[in-house]
Amino acid sequence: MTDAVALTAAQAAAAVEAGDLDPRELFEAYRARAAADDLNAFVWVAGEAPGEPASGPLAGVPLGVKDLFCTEGVPSQAGSKILEGYRPPYTASVVARLAEAGAPLLAKTNQDEFAMGSSNENSAFGPVLNPWDRSRVPGGSSGGSAAAVAAGLVPWALGTDTGGSIRQPAALCGIVGLKPTYGAVSRFGMIAFASSLDQAGPLTRDVTDAALLFRHMTGRDPRDSTSIGLPEEVRLPSARRLDGIRLGVPDDLTGEGVEPGVMAAFEAALDRARELGATVERVALPHADYGLSAYYVLAPAEASSNLARFDGVRYGLRVEADDLLTMYTRTRHDGFGAEVKRRIMLGTYALSSGYYDAYYGRAQRVRTKIAEDFKAAFDAVDFVVTPTSPGVAFELGAKTGDPLSMYLNDYFTVPMSLAGIPAISIPCGLSEGLPVGLQLAGPAFSENRVLDAAFALEQALGFDGSGARQ
Amino acid sequence: MIDREQVLHVARLARLSLSDDEVQQMAGELSKVLGHIEKIAELDLDGVPPTSHVVEVPNALRPDEPRPSLPRDVVLAAAPAVADGGFLVPSPQAG
Amino acid sequence: MSDVAYEAVIGLEIHVQLSTRTKMFCGCELGFGEPPNTRTCEVCLGLPGALPVANAEAIHFGLMIGLALDCDLAPRSIFHRKNYFYPDLPKGYQISQYDEPLCRGGKLGDVRIHRVHLEEDAAKLIHLGTSGRLHGSEASIVDFNRGGTPLAEIVTEPDLRSAEDAGEWLRLLRTTLRRLGVSDVNMEEGSLRCDANISIRPAGTHELGTKTELKNMNSFRFIERGIRAEIARQEALLRAGEPVVQETLHFDPRTEAITSLRSKEEAHDYRYFPEPDLTPVGITDAMLERARAAMPELPAARAERFERELGLPADGARLLAWRTELGDYFEAALADDGDDAPEPQALANWLNELVARIETDDPAESQVQPRALASLAAMVAGKRVTQNAAKQVLDRLVAEGGDPAAIVEAEGLGAIGAGDELEPVVQQALDANPDVVAKLSAGDMKPIGVIVGHVMRETRGRADGGAVTRIVRQKLGL
Repeated sequence: MTDAVALTAAQAAAAVEAGDLDPRELFEAYRARAAADDLNAFVWVAGEAPGEPASGPLAGVPLGVKDLFCTEGVPSQAGSKILEGYRPPYTASVVARLAEAGAPLLAKTNQDEFAMGSSNENSAFGPVLNPWDRSRVPGGSSGGSAAAVAAGLVPWALGTDTGGSIRQPAALCGIVGLKPTYGAVSRFGMIAFASSLDQAGPLTRDVTDAALLFRHMTGRDPRDSTSIGLPEEVRLPSARRLDGIRLGVPDDLTGEGVEPGVMAAFEAALDRARELGATVERVALPHADYGLSAYYVLAPAEASSNLARFDGVRYGLRVEADDLLTMYTRTRHDGFGAEVKRRIMLGTYALSSGYYDAYYGRAQRVRTKIAEDFKAAFDAVDFVVTPTSPGVAFELGAKTGDPLSMYLNDYFTVPMSLAGIPAISIPCGLSEGLPVGLQLAGPAFSENRVLDAAFALEQALGFDGSGARQ
Repeated sequence: MIDREQVLHVARLARLSLSDDEVQQMAGELSKVLGHIEKIAELDLDGVPPTSHVVEVPNALRPDEPRPSLPRDVVLAAAPAVADGGFLVPSPQAG
Repeated sequence: MSDVAYEAVIGLEIHVQLSTRTKMFCGCELGFGEPPNTRTCEVCLGLPGALPVANAEAIHFGLMIGLALDCDLAPRSIFHRKNYFYPDLPKGYQISQYDEPLCRGGKLGDVRIHRVHLEEDAAKLIHLGTSGRLHGSEASIVDFNRGGTPLAEIVTEPDLRSAEDAGEWLRLLRTTLRRLGVSDVNMEEGSLRCDANISIRPAGTHELGTKTELKNMNSFRFIERGIRAEIARQEALLRAGEPVVQETLHFDPRTEAITSLRSKEEAHDYRYFPEPDLTPVGITDAMLERARAAMPELPAARAERFERELGLPADGARLLAWRTELGDYFEAALADDGDDAPEPQALANWLNELVARIETDDPAESQVQPRALASLAAMVAGKRVTQNAAKQVLDRLVAEGGDPAAIVEAEGLGAIGAGDELEPVVQQALDANPDVVAKLSAGDMKPIGVIVGHVMRETRGRADGGAVTRIVRQKLGL
């Protein structure tokens, strides 16, 4: 029983199923760890185990949930001051679905405000520390979920990914993070950042856990018009080899600004893939290099509109004023953090009269080109692989003064988001003692194949994540 | 790239009050980011259709069937100010 | 210069609340008059994380409107976000349609349709006056019950030339929509709202003048008066050599005053972009077929049928057909398979008599059953009751309903024909008016009305005027 928290989520579920583990004890063990968290990974931790022991295929293995998922009666602030004290009257579809499958809510995890950030330094609750090195960031925006899973404070967690917000923190914390195909998971109840890009996904200790959690997340939800589910059931991965698998390394995406240690770990992982039978070739994604620019038009534009509802009228913070305009502008000034304000401004500008065609309209066309690039690439290769992030976890505060350098963290992850295709980050080694992530992306709805390939590589790489657990 | 006046105009559209310092800083930061974004102006995109929805789910419609509404006390519970069963706001006319 | 004749150019924008069961993007039931904020949910309150899903029935109604207005139905249309801040707009944007609407083009009567699109209605702001809670300043409350009600916005081309034309066309539109069953089209309750774009130009010229937009007039009377007032205002400006300024205006029906609605600083920039939370609406053959199958006969076609099949004059046919409830009542009465079917024109006349006597717009809501009106008309045609007596019967029917034959029987209102019963009364009338008899005998027939009037008085209108004249001629040997 003492090593219950050492088990992966899938192992814990199996132990509960086999009668070797009491799910209430499992919950309590994690609850105690989460309550003692000193990484600032959580914004809320359950006071006690749910009254009814959970049943269902997930066997009561408790779940960390990013703050931006609405949870009925439980604080849901998306890391923002403007939603101070907000407790929604309903629960996000994916959280409800997982609860039904037997994964009870253990804690809400810290995040960059409204998922805008790559370091988790933009949270109203303060930054999250990287368990590998507490002077460093865990990545973002799902930084709390990533740090908590890496440190063993939760068995697994939900994050969301708009331009890399699952994959990048997973990479920086040495865990697995899957961004599913856009539409695979319901967005209903997820406090929106950029609606056409946001997707919920698992952050887990290994690929098997990611597959298990994802299996119970995906599905069409009549309350989300853009959800479609997966055409097939999610299988637990079992591949040991990569024979005949063609991995494509994009010509147009590597090189620029990647830390040598990251590149070395990435190359070593590719060697492992070759040993497993894969071929590695160059693949052209001629427009991918424009992804970041298009992304920083589209995402802020949608965000500027999505965040208009925070106006001090129906919920959240209000700064009282005698007239409506002042109430609006002061409420939003005081309620939003600097990065959120920056993106609202950027997005409003990009949509405003006279600029739409040059910015939003063009960015949507770049998006078309990037999606076409990937389609063409997947005619030639099975998967596209890149480093997840150009660098390892950086020092707290290192990039807060320079938004653009922060944005460049998303360089490798944004093109897949724009194309809406699934991509997974798995840890592939260390650089300067810090984890490096490898990103593997496949065609839309190819999650089963992505998970299989990632599993085979994971087994061969044998990454040791214990450096983050105490 | 983006000057003080434009920052103030956009801030007004976005209903954000900004202090003088914030306006200054915003103009600098936005200009830098926009400078990077300008990159997309290089591409020849004539005839390329825009993508609004990356996965087409045509006619994800809802049957015209009622669902229960939320109880009013729940609806109003989160509101900063309430009167007579409604959300209290400064009158728009007075603004 | 000052005697230039001006011509008005008017286009209308009509917002119609669709009478679906639930709102445009959520399952809250539509209502009217419920306590504030009792018909709301996470979606129509714009709570964080909530997502819209379009109501299939609203799309269906939109297609029916498109078919009725002879529009091109877009095989694919999309929703856009129209971004602006206002307390009645919970998300900070309205979900509407922009450059890819559901319907384009079309025509109703003589007016071309520019487009028809779907959107969601705003909530209701209720002004409270001064509130202590807000430091003595003016306060309002927001009631989100109405927010999210499905709206169809119908935009015409500027094809109307006068306030009266606009009023008449709007009535045709209202009847058409009512006939479709897609809306209550009640202006007082706000289910039909109309804005007018108005400009004037020297008669005979083609260039359009600067237009103004007259907002949200909530009755037919106000619309006509508002448009008239705005045309007059623009004419006065031009005649004084001043320009018309493009602006949004409000018409106050009490004072007839026209005031500018928006402050100048608020230059609107709605930042439209495709709504990422909704997928495109693709019109399938099945959807089209269903909309076509649901189409009732529309007023224009009905008027044509009344003319062709029933021999009604064009004016009379339009009168009945353009008011659905009259047409429906008329046809119900006509279809009545009583002993003797009424003649259509006579029935139409009696329906007019009925409408003049009731307060509701819809005769079906009166005490008078269509069957009763039909049999009354038939009794008149069969000369079993005179016109005058029948009007008395109708008064009774309006007051308490019932069967006209029974009323005639009970009140003794049956027609007195040429027989024995009438003759003595005529004789009495002649005896009482010797001077009239003298004139009649001299060949001057003009004063015969005196005799007929006398007889009518004596018989309480039951006598047949023709029969009275015949008996007089007989008696005087004329």
